[in-house]
Parts: sequence; C-alpha cells; structure tokens
Amino acid sequence: MTSPAAHAEAGVSERSPNGNITPLRQVTVRFAGDSGDGMQLAGNRFADTSAAFGNDLFTLPSFPAEIRAPAGTLPGVSSFQIQIADWDISTSGDRPDCMVAMNPAALRTNISDLRQGGTLIVNSEAFDERGLAKAGYEDSPLMDGSLNQYDLIEIPMNTITKEAVADKVSGRSVLRSRNFVALGFLAWLFQRPLEPIVTWTENKFAKLPMVVAANLAALRAGYNFGITTETSRSIFQVKPASLPPGVYTSITGNTALAWGLIAASYCAKLPLYYGSYPITPASDILHELARHKRLGVRTFQAEDEIAAVGAVIGAAFGGSLAVTGSSGPGISLKSEAISLALTAELPLVVVNVQRAGPSTGMPTKPEQTDLLFSLFGRHGESPLPVLACATPSDVVETTIEAARIALKYMTPVILLSDNHIANGSEPWRIPDAADLPDISVRFASAPNGAGGRFLPYLRDFNTFSRPWAIPGTKGLEHRIGGLEKENISGDISYNPDNHQLMTDSRAWKVANIANDIPPVEVHGELDANLLVLGWGSSKGTMGAACRNLNREGYKIAYAHLRYLNPLPANLGDVVHSYEKVLIPELNTGQLRYVIRANFLKDAFGLNKVTGTPFYIGEIRDRVLEVLES
Amino acid sequence: MSNLTYTRSDFQSDQEVRWCPGCGDYTILASVQGFMTQMGIPRENIVVVSGIGCAARFPYYMNTYGFHTIHGRAPTIATGLATSRPDLSIWVVSGDGDALSIGGNHLIHALRRNVNIKILLFNNQIYGLTKGQYSPTSEVGKRTKSTPFGSIDFPFNPVSLAIGSEASFVARTLDMDRNHTQYVLGEAVSHRGSAFIEIYQNCNVFNDKAFIALTGRTERTSNRINLQEGKPIIFGGSGESCVVMENGEARIKPTSSVSPDQILVHDPYRENPSVAFSISRLSHTPHGPTPLGVFRNISRPTYGSEMQQQIVDAQNRGPGDLDALFSSAGTWEVT
Repeated sequence: MTSPAAHAEAGVSERSPNGNITPLRQVTVRFAGDSGDGMQLAGNRFADTSAAFGNDLFTLPSFPAEIRAPAGTLPGVSSFQIQIADWDISTSGDRPDCMVAMNPAALRTNISDLRQGGTLIVNSEAFDERGLAKAGYEDSPLMDGSLNQYDLIEIPMNTITKEAVADKVSGRSVLRSRNFVALGFLAWLFQRPLEPIVTWTENKFAKLPMVVAANLAALRAGYNFGITTETSRSIFQVKPASLPPGVYTSITGNTALAWGLIAASYCAKLPLYYGSYPITPASDILHELARHKRLGVRTFQAEDEIAAVGAVIGAAFGGSLAVTGSSGPGISLKSEAISLALTAELPLVVVNVQRAGPSTGMPTKPEQTDLLFSLFGRHGESPLPVLACATPSDVVETTIEAARIALKYMTPVILLSDNHIANGSEPWRIPDAADLPDISVRFASAPNGAGGRFLPYLRDFNTFSRPWAIPGTKGLEHRIGGLEKENISGDISYNPDNHQLMTDSRAWKVANIANDIPPVEVHGELDANLLVLGWGSSKGTMGAACRNLNREGYKIAYAHLRYLNPLPANLGDVVHSYEKVLIPELNTGQLRYVIRANFLKDAFGLNKVTGTPFYIGEIRDRVLEVLES
Repeated sequence: MSNLTYTRSDFQSDQEVRWCPGCGDYTILASVQGFMTQMGIPRENIVVVSGIGCAARFPYYMNTYGFHTIHGRAPTIATGLATSRPDLSIWVVSGDGDALSIGGNHLIHALRRNVNIKILLFNNQIYGLTKGQYSPTSEVGKRTKSTPFGSIDFPFNPVSLAIGSEASFVARTLDMDRNHTQYVLGEAVSHRGSAFIEIYQNCNVFNDKAFIALTGRTERTSNRINLQEGKPIIFGGSGESCVVMENGEARIKPTSSVSPDQILVHDPYRENPSVAFSISRLSHTPHGPTPLGVFRNISRPTYGSEMQQQIVDAQNRGPGDLDALFSSAGTWEVT
C-alpha cells in the first residue's frame, strides 16, 4: 500500500481558495442517465482519459435489470461511477462529488447519493413537462430550490448537440451524441486530455465516419461550453498518481478472469476448454474467451448449466485445462457434476460470479452470499478448495492460482468473483508472460503397478494427488466413475473400511493444500485489540477504512482472505491473537460462521445485503462501534 | 491400422460382469467387443462413457478408457471429450431412462450438434437398476411398482425423437441379433458425427419378453421390417408385406395389393428427414411389424471438426501471443 499518510481515503479534500483551480487528491464522479443515453460509454471514456492522464482509478457501473426499460422512466436509469485519484486507491468511492444527470429520472434515483455541496450537472432541456412526469416530479427540481445545497450547472445539451452535429447527421440520430457533450464538459471541468477519447471514437466507429464526426463535434462543443460559459468557475485538478512503475491497462474483473484463464492455460501448457451457459453477470467471460481462438481457446456454449459442467469434465478427462463459469443459480445446477469431478479426482476450475440471490434475486447486483454454498453445497463428504478474487486487478493472479491448485491436486476448485469485481474496473500492471509461474503438470505415461498394470488411484506421496492418464496413452487404459473406488486400483468397491479411507484421503488432500499457500498477512497496527477480517470484493473498502483509522491513531489490524478453503495455516493463531474480530461481508455472516466453526473464535459482523458494495463510512462506523463495545 | 490384431479378450477388462443372468446386456457387450476387434482403431484411442443405469456399467467391462458418470449426463461429458480430443473414438452407452428421461435434453442437443460420438441406447422399456418402475418408453397402461393402476404416460418413439432432433445417423437393432448389431455398428463407425443406435434389450427380470414380437421364433419373421439401402421395403417370410408412401405417410400393405414400383425403396441418404420419420412411425412400440436397420445416414460437418477449424483458421492468421493480449485494450506507462 503506497497511499500517503496525509489524507483521508474518502470524501473530497478542502477546496483551495486559489481562484480558478481546485486541486484534489481524489474525486468521485457519477454519470447517470437513461439506459439509452450512453452513460456507460461516457463513463468508460472518462476512465480511459483519466488513466492515460496518469490517475489511479476504480470504476463501477450500475445497469437496470431490464434490457430496455421505457425511456425516461425510473427503472430505465443506468449509471457509471468512477473515482480518480493521485494515489493508489481501492474503491469506486462512496458518495459522488460530482454527478451528471441526463434526465429527471436519473436525478431522482441518484441525487440522494451526491455529497452536500457537490457539483451537479444536468441536461436542463430534459426537464420538460413530459420528462418530469415520467420521473414523478410535480414541479421541476431545477426551479423549486430543492437542489440549493448543490453546485448546480444547467447545460442545454439538446440544443448544443443539435447545433454541433447539424451538418453531420439528421433525424432521430441527432440527439444520440448528447453523452459526448456531457463527456466534453467533464473533460473540461477535470482538465482531461481529449486525445484518448478521440482515438477510441475513431476506432470504434471506423466504419461510420458520420458518427465519428458527430460524436467528436459534440465532445468539443461540450468542452467549449465549459471554456466559454463557465469561465468564472473553478476547475478541478487531480494530479497523476505515483503508481509502481510499469505498463498498465484498464481491466474489468470479467475480462481479467478470461485473461487469467488464458494465462493459466499458457502457464500450464495445456489447452483451455471453457464450457458455459449464458447467465448474468458471468456471460462476459464466455464472450471474451470466445474471441481468442488464436490462443487455442475452445469455448462451448452448452444447452444448460449441467451440460456446461459435464462438457468440461469430459475435457478434463481428455487432458485440457477445463473451466466452467456461472453465477449462483447455475452453480446449483452444476452441484451434482462437481461432486463427480471431485470423486473422479479430475482438475476443474468452477467460476462463480456471485449475484444477489436466492433464485433469480437481483441479477445485476453484487453479494457475497455463496461462500457457505461453495464450501458445503454438495452431497456427501465433498470438500473442495475455494478461492475468492478481491479486485479487478487481483483477478488474473487469483485465477492462475486456482488453476495451479486444481491441476496439482487433481480436484475441482471453486473460484469466487462477484458482480462488483466483474463489472468494476481499475488499472492493472501488466506482467510479462515470461514472468508468470510455471504450473505445468505431467500426464502419466507408463504403468505404475506390478505386471504393467495402471493404478489410477495410487496417490502421490506428497500431494495425495492421483495420476492423470489421458485417453490415447497406450497401456494406461482404465475406468473411473462416480461409484466409490478401491484405494490404489480404482476398481469399484463397497468395502466399508475402503470408503472411510477414500473419504479421509479426499479430505486430507484438500486440507493439506494449507501447506502450499501463503499465510494470511496482517496489516495495520499488529498489536491492536481489533482485527478486521474480510474476503472477496470488500477488500478495497475495508482496507481504505482501516488505513484511514490507523492514520487517525486508532489501533486496529486488518487482514484479507484469498483462500477460503483450506484456510491459511496461521489463521487460527491470528484470530486468537486479537481480543476482537470484526468481519464485514455482503451477506448475513457467512465467514463469521466459518471462523467460529473452525477456531471457536467469536466475531463481530458487519453485514448487509442491499445490492450495493460497502461504503468506507459504513465500515468505519462499525469499527468505531466495536472498538467501544 | 492394419497391424492391429485384437481378439475379443483384448477388450475384456478384469472386472467380473455383474448383470442379471440372462440379461440382454451380455449379448450387446459381446457384440461390441467382437466388433471392436475389427474396427481398426487402437484400443487406447477408444473411450466408453456412460451415465447411470444397468447399461451404464458397460465401461467397467471394456478394456478401453472408460468413464461412468452421472444420470443422464453422459452425452455432455462425451461432448466435452469429443470436442477437445477429436482424435478419439467415443462411445456413449445409455438406457431409456438415462437418455430419454433425465438426460433427454442432452441427447437432443448432442444429436443436433452432430458431435462425433456413437450413442448406444439400450432400450428395455423399464427401469432396471431401481427395480422395476415404468420408463419413458414403456407402453401406456403398463403396471409397475410406481404405476399399480397402469401407466398414463405416452411413450417416446426413440427413433422418431432422434430424427426430429436433427440426428445425422439413426438406426435400430436388437440385442439377440449379433450380426445385425455388428452391421449397424459398422455403419455408425463409418459415419462422421453423432450416431444414434437404439438397441432393443430384453430385461428378463422386470420386463421379460417385451420384444418377443421381434425375437420369438414364430412371430419374428412376420414382424421384422429390415431396412436395406437401395432395396424396396418388403418383409414377412415370403415377402407378403411391403411399405408404401400414401398421403404423406408410410403404410404397410399386402405386397400383392400394390404394383412393384409403388413399394418404397429405402434411401437412408435422403437429406430430407420426412420419409425416414414416416418409416419410424410404422410402429410406436415393438408389438407388431417394426423397422430395424439404418433409418437415416446423412453427411454434415461435425461439431468438433468445426470447432477445430475455427481455431486453425484463426491461428493461420498468426499465432496467439499472451503479451499482445494483455496489451490489446490500450496501455499507458508509469515510470
């Protein structure tokens, strides 16, 4: 953690009185509009130009559940939040300091989040009678004084857009470039370079030169509107961050997961086979992988979730790095097959991009509610390694690690992500492929038993892993299956002692992985009374809250878990060395349950399931409460 | 390939075969093992995948690679294996409950995709392993433990289902007739893509004599309609019955009642499945005249080879590069 000590990690710094430029350490901006307004595009372009400028950043989009809700209505609002900073940040920010509202519905659904005194930019021409009615406003909030606590900037975006694009496009297409007006104005307000936006637009719409021309004209019109009409306004300046040297790219968690799988296939020297059935929010992993046939990636869109996992079990039997991905409801359907892979002892990575459940729940909202399901959601005695990604920039490494464990220990591994990580993005320092770990394994090539017999369940002395003999290997013909197998020979066995031995062996194999993973690292004040312990996507918020509190002099320690099963070997000692343990998680207390069950250590919880990530402030408040308790 | 000299024992594993004495599965096992000695494919390149049921024990008795998986899902596992390893000869052994009830979805999708797998459906019209409940191919009214008042389920005709699922190869044979079984297996192996073979299999414990119309010494001659490529469909001991197309349907007629050029000539290579489907409707359950043989055998690219081709085509434009992938979405440098 390279964050300087002299600032808080949330909220905006004091504005300096030096006239036209307000320097900020970090700022949070939210673009909100109708789902047809192109807010994701505007937000992503703002992220690109900020990255190119050298800021650290973290983004989080929020989509409506409906594909195309009626235009202008409350359910149709889509938003994109980004925090930019001159230092190493780890969240998309709590409350926005600056908000763009393209219509009354966007204002109504988002305004309560805007910080008091924050900058509010609206498309004033969208606040007509019809727009107001659709959002349920009787009077225009622009007129009734209800926005007085904000720094309101009204921009007639329709007129500006029409004038800018008049000679380029016509008819209904005219207003489509409105998002570029808003983007141009923000580029001026935050002094962002336009070149990255121009380059992206030229490439994206290369086949539609009129669209390029219209969008760029609108972008410049928005920028110029700032220069010409808001000259007395103070503009914001967030200087480049001092990130570790290297080449960076902006990456979402889902893209990182796909790239991590490709990287794992490279590191394992095995072809990648990804079987999946479309499901929000995991589908983008399939989409990304399907593009990379040059890297030898095989993708299979199956007829259902069961077929997806079945196909990858078949691919694993055949010697591929086999992966299936889904979200909670789909993982439920895969459960029986995962137990087959577990007892057949075939390597498999099962990706679960968690979403709010149960059942269909809230598919576009994040939760961390599948931890216990991952640990226990199978029939029989069926322990499996479980890993969780923490942030978009951590996903590639965690994915390679999941594959390493699967291959080395011949077991399915559950790899958890969630909607927050999947769709959020942040800069990722690109490693050299040559520096990635070697996770290659050897297929069995010769009989391992007396008389030239192949024994598929003769375990490795160190890892307890069984040999992987793939079809096509002469002399190693063998049969495996879901029936209990005799130790060593793999023949069907109903022997009571053998079933005990095989159950114990499978459990021991997984438990033993604790000796092959790093111990949990504790940060902050190590001699504190309170340990804040987290897992998964709460890492960024939790770390930011704890670092702030440390700077303020509060004695707290904090740790984050990538490995949920087996748990790091030192975790029991760690939790017992603190008087109090607080576990923030987006569920009703699942890791808390695990910690109590494993270590007889009681813990405090900070739990919510609102479909939104934690705010730094929420964690801070709970920490202070627990410290005083 | 010609130097492969196998005997049946090369395909017998060291496991004791444990089907009920008298089960039709023994005959099918012997037919398959015998056939594979002549198939010209090295034993190590053969994989038998099964689901759950009596038939699903099959892989344990074959000295090839084998995978006994979960109920209904064998086609999915075989699909993953076939599409990642196009070099293998992959066989799915299934039953009427496994393939048509719990696994019906996977069966139809494997067939429409034309995955290069050979699916043997042992149809005994009963659940054997769970001891005697009716199956999706049991006749209406069947009294079993779970239907003491008679089954009210209308059964599938597996051949019709396969043809309707866009299968490129569909055949039917009988456990008792080894020559016919091996002939059908040969046709299936020569076919590129999914091959669906329904094998009528007698369960002498829970559904004995279900196929007596086709196996009984007195009845079989008049009831077996042997489909032979390029030949008019005539059956019965003295060829007294034949099949004609009439009003868009295949119908059985006395041969003497029609002129020879009206008799349907069997053509499994016909692209349009309508006639093959019509022939499959001549019997809905095998209690009267029933067609046996290859109903349909058309050529279509296999899913695995198409998947492979997309990768080859992409790589012909230049090999993939992980470093290039990581930089593909735009980068910036921090110094």
